[in-house]
Amino acid sequence: QSLCVHLNYPLYIRSVPTQGELKFHYTVHTSLDVVEEKISGVGKALADQRELYLGLLYPTEDYKVYGYVTNSKVKFVIVVDSSNTSLRDNEIRSMFRKLHNSFTDVMCNPFYNPGDPIQSKAFDSIVSTMMVQAC
Amino acid sequence: MADDALFEFLHMEIVALVYKEQATREDIDKERVTCVSTLDAMGFRVGQGMIERFTKDCPTFKDDLDLMKFLCKDFWSTIFKKQIDNLRTNHQGTYVLQDNKFALLTQFSSGKQYLEEAPKYLAFSCGLIRGALSNLGLESVVTAEVSLMPSCKFQVVIQKL
Repeated sequence: QSLCVHLNYPLYIRSVPTQGELKFHYTVHTSLDVVEEKISGVGKALADQRELYLGLLYPTEDYKVYGYVTNSKVKFVIVVDSSNTSLRDNEIRSMFRKLHNSFTDVMCNPFYNPGDPIQSKAFDSIVSTMMVQAC
Repeated sequence: MADDALFEFLHMEIVALVYKEQATREDIDKERVTCVSTLDAMGFRVGQGMIERFTKDCPTFKDDLDLMKFLCKDFWSTIFKKQIDNLRTNHQGTYVLQDNKFALLTQFSSGKQYLEEAPKYLAFSCGLIRGALSNLGLESVVTAEVSLMPSCKFQVVIQKL
């Protein structure tokens, strides 16, 4: 399982089984294209399609990829094992909410420069708790 | 009860401090420019952080105009306790935000007195707007003008790449 905070270059990447990390990087990168597609499609699609949560981006054979984009164009991507069927949509949504909340806190921290890799310990611990809960 | 005044007083002290620091160095000509850009940079960073917090629960903005309206209503009311009174645009990336009773200027005068001091107190707010827009994906140039206090106009020109 992996998680990534993006601004078209990764600000933060974390995964649980650390051996497959490169594969996760690749999956996350390709999913960015889908995110872009979804965002630019918002204009011509339905007016109520303005939620921040993007839902299931696309299912590959092994993984499910979920996306979420903030108003400040920062993208969050969560990659989950397909075998983990216990995670429901609501739970993924709440995971993204928690991520967004901690990201906002990071943003407001005077020691953080927007655009830098995220080094906040508080953010780290929120992510760890979430990943432990999900696995 | 005194909450509203807190930010106003702090802001006045920040401006005074920035100018005092600069006055101890020799170069008078550069003084104004450096002070204004220091205040602008402060506002920029604050604007970025604030907009992240405020747009946390909002749906995505449809277009630039929608974004500016949000800035004029919700953003401005949360920070300055009132909305922007007038928003004008040429629909080509230039917006003029007019505030007839700008919170940071009301204590000065209600006419022409102290007019030449006003720009110092607008630099931070210009930075605030610029920072907010930058975090929302729009690079802009923000300038402010005052002709009759406490009313002032902020001009925002969106830079299209």
